[in-house]
Amino acid sequence: MKLEGQVRIPSGCAIAAVISKEGRKMTGETITKAMKPMHARSNGLGGGFAAYGIYPEYRDFYALHIFFDDRDSRKRCEAYVKEYFEIVHGEVIPTRKLPQITNAPMIWRYFVSPFASVLSAQQIQEEDLVSRAVMHINQQLHGAYVFSSGKNMGAFKAVGYPEDVAAFYRLDEYEGYSWTGHGRYPTNTPGWWGGAHPFTLLDYSIVHNGEISSYDANRRFIEMFGYKCTLQTDTEVIAYIMDYLLRVQKLSLRDAANVIAAPFWSTIAANPDEKERRRLKYLRTVFPSLLITGPFSIVLGFNGGLMALNDRLKLRSMVTGEKEDLVFIASEEAAIRAMEPEAEKIYAPAGGEAVIVTVKDGAY
Amino acid sequence: MERDAAKKFFVKDGLLRGYILVDSVGRGGVYTGLIRDWVPLRDWTSKRLWRIPTLRPFRRRPGNRNLQGVCKMVLDAKDLNFKELNRQLRLSGSQCRIVGCCGQRFIAAGMKDKAITIEGIPGNALGAYLNGAAITVNANAQDAVGDTMNDGSIIIHGSIGDAAGYAMRGGRIYVKENAGYRAGIHMKEYQDKVPVMIIGGVAGSFLGEYQAGGIIVVLGLNSQGKRLVGNFPCTGMHGGKMFLRGDVSGIRFPGNVCHRPATAQDLAAIEQELIQYCQTFGYDPGQVLSGPFTLVTPDTKNPYKQMYVAN
Repeated sequence: MKLEGQVRIPSGCAIAAVISKEGRKMTGETITKAMKPMHARSNGLGGGFAAYGIYPEYRDFYALHIFFDDRDSRKRCEAYVKEYFEIVHGEVIPTRKLPQITNAPMIWRYFVSPFASVLSAQQIQEEDLVSRAVMHINQQLHGAYVFSSGKNMGAFKAVGYPEDVAAFYRLDEYEGYSWTGHGRYPTNTPGWWGGAHPFTLLDYSIVHNGEISSYDANRRFIEMFGYKCTLQTDTEVIAYIMDYLLRVQKLSLRDAANVIAAPFWSTIAANPDEKERRRLKYLRTVFPSLLITGPFSIVLGFNGGLMALNDRLKLRSMVTGEKEDLVFIASEEAAIRAMEPEAEKIYAPAGGEAVIVTVKDGAY
Repeated sequence: MERDAAKKFFVKDGLLRGYILVDSVGRGGVYTGLIRDWVPLRDWTSKRLWRIPTLRPFRRRPGNRNLQGVCKMVLDAKDLNFKELNRQLRLSGSQCRIVGCCGQRFIAAGMKDKAITIEGIPGNALGAYLNGAAITVNANAQDAVGDTMNDGSIIIHGSIGDAAGYAMRGGRIYVKENAGYRAGIHMKEYQDKVPVMIIGGVAGSFLGEYQAGGIIVVLGLNSQGKRLVGNFPCTGMHGGKMFLRGDVSGIRFPGNVCHRPATAQDLAAIEQELIQYCQTFGYDPGQVLSGPFTLVTPDTKNPYKQMYVAN
């Protein structure tokens, strides 16, 4: 086998997303098309997708997608979940057998609703209960790993190339108004099922191309608030940061983007708008430990929208495009053209410039 | 032809697909070239050439075992991966049109003596190590176009992604519209090898980062009020020249460079390039050359000031 240095692997992660501003549903085939021209950006050690609007019949229930090592871990995990939640439906997530996808764990999904008695006894919101349960299972219950926990959305991920992962999970059979996709090229962490993107918590999902140099600083800060980074991958911390900033601290998407990809002090000082200067200074001062440094381009998915963001130095590529009610985001323009050859308004956002797309009210 | 000699040609869809030569095997190489390069027979205007093949329509290149056809070849890139696309491109004639391109990387890497036109979106590292070939893209291009390019030309009838002309050391890149981040990063020059990059619209941040040589021009045409370049231009620049056309009052240059209005003498160095650029994209040379241009060069008095130590 050739070692590093003897062989050049022309790769870097691939991300892509598509959303209908009208809330129009599309199958997973569109996002899968985007991953094909970017095949060389991944190396087969991880692929995954997040889909929004796919479980309308269970829209009021949290959809827990869980990997299990074996039957015992499933039984243990189910017993734990039943202490806090009513399981209204539980099933194996349907997959196709493919030669490209091997060593699959047991993959289940549960639609659950928190017991009101538990919420009132613990005096917490239901999102907090779900978040705590996810952290507990991933940290304490060996052999069980929750990889998706939002309402009316789901993550699907595996070790393999993204095109194969899409076929494995039968994404052509799901219909959602918003999709994100990821092809992985792990650089310093193992390629395993839990480590594939997207990383999710509640309905937030993150696909990420890059490598966070501030990971440990970010992790130490966020773990003070009950989040546990268990997945040996830098991207996980971004998902928790976004949950903390958006759900717990209730920041706007724009403010959250300015926290994690804050402009340089010199750039802030040169801003002619005093109010804007004060806002940026405030955010940098209050959340210095949540500044994410190092290269990243991410797409954050949430119920009703997407946000795309580059690091402030723009060390990773990202392009957006539009066609009618659809908005496309990808690492490469070719991926957008693969989804929609006639895409218009091709645009490369600047470093730290958040692109926020929301579905019109009531359409999701 | 000798008495017992025989020739039989197999032609399908206007292409030579095979031949049998008995006894007289002259011109076999030419026929092989026609098959290998998929040279359309209709492009052979002279029937005489076909009857009595000669080497006249071919260019012989010393040291190259291939005889390259002059005829235009069309290469359909649909569903081809980058390796196969480049393999077919290498075997093609001196002119090739790639259609249906969608993200294949490294197109024309290291190639010379070819004119290549691309329809669709070429992938990253288009024309990397380019060594004399001429590439025209009738769309946008992605990242790292002309990476370490040595000679030749890359013409983009659209915008270009990040890190265009990365470590470029010769040849020219013309972009009709805008450039992404880090255009011209670490461009360099040596004696008569002076790379030139001309960007028609505006450029992103870190333009000319670590520039060590060569010429970067940003024209600001159709900029719709956008600033000519983003943040931190010329960071670490220590050689070469940068010409910016239009208002530079909002641009913050680092301490390691000087900038001043360009003189007629300064502009003389790029006049021919600009005229050629205007001809390529149909811009009015008079309007473009009228400027005003700002010339940015390294502060040669103390090039390392503030870079490593506070001296």
